[in-house]
Amino acid sequence: MSSLRNSDLITRRAAKPHTSMFLRMLMRAAVLRRGRAASALLAMIVAAAVATAMLNLYVDVQAKLRKEFRNYGANIVVVAKDSQELPADALDKVGAALAGHGLAVPFAYVVARTSDGQSVVVSGTDLDQVRRLNSWWSVTAWPNASQAALVGTRAAAVISPQGRPFDLSFQGRNIHLNPAGILRTGASEDSRIYLSLRDFESWTGVQPSTIEIASSGSSEEITAVVHRLSEILPTAEVRPIRQIMEGEARVLGKTRATLAAAAILIIATAALCVLSTLIGWVFDRRRDFAIMKALGASEGLIGGFFAAEAAALGAVGAIVGFGIGVGVAAWIGRVNFHAPVEPRLNVLPVVFAGSIAVALISAVLPIFLLRRVQPAMILRGE
Amino acid sequence: MFGRLVYESFRRQKRRKLLAGVAITLGVGVATAMIAVATDIGDKISRELRSYGANLIVTPQEDTLDVQIGGVDFKPPSDGAYLNEADLPKIRGTFWHHNIVGFAPMLPVSVHVDNDSAANLTLLGTYFSKRLTFGKEEFATGVRITHPWWRVQGAWPDDNSSDVLLGESLATKLGRKAGDEIIITGQTHRVVGILSTGGAEDNQIVAPLALAQQILSKPGAVRCLYVSALTKPEDALARRDPKSMNPEMFDRWYCSPYVASIAYQLQEAIPHSHAEQIRQIAQNEGTVLSRIKGLMLLVTLAALFASALAVSAAMATAIFERRGEVGLMKALGAGNISVAALFFAEALLLALIGGGVGFAGGALLARQIGRSIFDSQITIEPVLFPVILAIAVIVTFAGSAMAIRRAVKFDPVYALKGEA
Repeated sequence: MSSLRNSDLITRRAAKPHTSMFLRMLMRAAVLRRGRAASALLAMIVAAAVATAMLNLYVDVQAKLRKEFRNYGANIVVVAKDSQELPADALDKVGAALAGHGLAVPFAYVVARTSDGQSVVVSGTDLDQVRRLNSWWSVTAWPNASQAALVGTRAAAVISPQGRPFDLSFQGRNIHLNPAGILRTGASEDSRIYLSLRDFESWTGVQPSTIEIASSGSSEEITAVVHRLSEILPTAEVRPIRQIMEGEARVLGKTRATLAAAAILIIATAALCVLSTLIGWVFDRRRDFAIMKALGASEGLIGGFFAAEAAALGAVGAIVGFGIGVGVAAWIGRVNFHAPVEPRLNVLPVVFAGSIAVALISAVLPIFLLRRVQPAMILRGE
Repeated sequence: MFGRLVYESFRRQKRRKLLAGVAITLGVGVATAMIAVATDIGDKISRELRSYGANLIVTPQEDTLDVQIGGVDFKPPSDGAYLNEADLPKIRGTFWHHNIVGFAPMLPVSVHVDNDSAANLTLLGTYFSKRLTFGKEEFATGVRITHPWWRVQGAWPDDNSSDVLLGESLATKLGRKAGDEIIITGQTHRVVGILSTGGAEDNQIVAPLALAQQILSKPGAVRCLYVSALTKPEDALARRDPKSMNPEMFDRWYCSPYVASIAYQLQEAIPHSHAEQIRQIAQNEGTVLSRIKGLMLLVTLAALFASALAVSAAMATAIFERRGEVGLMKALGAGNISVAALFFAEALLLALIGGGVGFAGGALLARQIGRSIFDSQITIEPVLFPVILAIAVIVTFAGSAMAIRRAVKFDPVYALKGEA
């Protein structure tokens, strides 16, 4: 009974100062050799920052570039079947289905005749929305008064050569229009005349037959939008514009792949930097190692001591580095895309685990190499 | 004596030299690869951007207005002017013909199918992958290059045959599939494939150009021509009106691959034509390109920074380990300058060797990246070699400087006792 209590006491005594000594050694090691510890920590922070910035950029660049690609305009088009009109609430339904993730612009078309009998396509649309959708349209002045028209450059050459007002007729109804601006796109819009939807409807009584949609998101999201739209608009044909979607996917894929290659190279270089600094740091302290061993510390304890030290260094470095890396990524976003890259918290665990892993490898490797060396040899300076 | 010191240091401390050398080699390799990729990415991405299709359109000069809604033509079929097919190969003779990836002529005609006079359809005549010759040069061009998003189920028709493609929607409407036959204006043709484009062609018949010309009975007629060209993003010069330029400026404008100057040259090559940029494609190309180039530039800076740091850290560690040696040298009477000179000479040697090997490795790495991502070679300018070598030397020196300064400041007594 007493022997049992005795051994219990011994283990308790051995355990208590044991842990506090361990912590004290860790603390003193950091404080006493400030210079070397600081340079190792600095390397850790820089590497974690570079890794965070690259990973953040890689995750966010898709969203940033998608925004640029939306300048190509619509990627989905809704057309009434057999050139009829769309239901009156089609635009509202489309707007609800998009839920703010995109832009929908209605277009109505008729073929009208000029006073000298020339046929011309006239389109009624929401001019403010078109301006946002088709940013590549080169327009001298956007119409803002009623009875003002946007005239395609080829149509202008035929219909109002000197920018004179002109008359159009459709099914016996006439309209008098002032050309407000000239439109240039290099495509079929050049031969058309664009009016505000209100002027167009009061003149022709024709409702929109086409809705062009610029939906933001990945190609899966866009496909989902197409499915949703074809369900709620059974009388219309909803189709993705493959030219825009495939071009986007291709360029985006290649850019992401290049960025991934760059990220791997850069992170590997940063890890290498940490590895060489930390190995130097631990190697430099082989005397501590030898003294501990000479005083009777077990291999496991020494390994644990250096590993704990390295893990603490890795953890601190990762957290500080993450903060700096997020800042760098935000700065790159601001400079290049005029919008900061959002900090991604899901990058943090990766950086955290990676930093600690690299720190552990660089601490354990030299210990492993020194294991077979006699402490006396090290202490003698050999 | 100095030479021997350096030589012996390399001979006897192979492990340490190897570590520092590996760090420099890897750092320089990564820097080289990233610089090579960043300088070439503009070219590569602008080639990828051609998957958006043609960025120029050539139409007859005295053309009448298009009366077209959603791909359906409301114009009388005989109306309008045409380009001459025989002029098309001349595009290969323009100044920027290397930048012209491909072109495809279009000739829409309205036809009746299956002896049903009510069904008025559009048949689009074009090149699929037509072999043409200009001078001694032979090349292939057509929609398969200019419209890469067109997809065919079945086979593409031969340009010299009278086989046709049916648009996806039209095929379902007519109940035809690949391999069936169709009667177009009284003649029987084979449907070799079903075409899906996501555009107006889904409701059309697409056929070799010669067939459309035969139906229209206008041999050599082309309604318009789509041209896909590699262009340089617009800058201040590109936006100026060529008519207001002085001759010197005009030459510079003419000899730059701006979309406007390529349009000008197409107009010169094809008589009675008007070439225009398709702004949706041409204008957006520039912004996307400059964003991606800017991104890669910033990433390259990050790579340079990371590799400079790696090299500095390796050098600092290598020198710090040798403070006992420094103490010995100083105890034997060496001055600070000669100790520093020894370290710098070693650093220089390491930088040159590591830089050379790293450059070769980086070049290989860049080629590998180019091949696996873009399916094409990334070319490395030989000019880059001295630049990279100079950067390697500067970074190695900068990385060593602090460590060398600290090493020579040690008191030899402490350094030799190992208490520094």
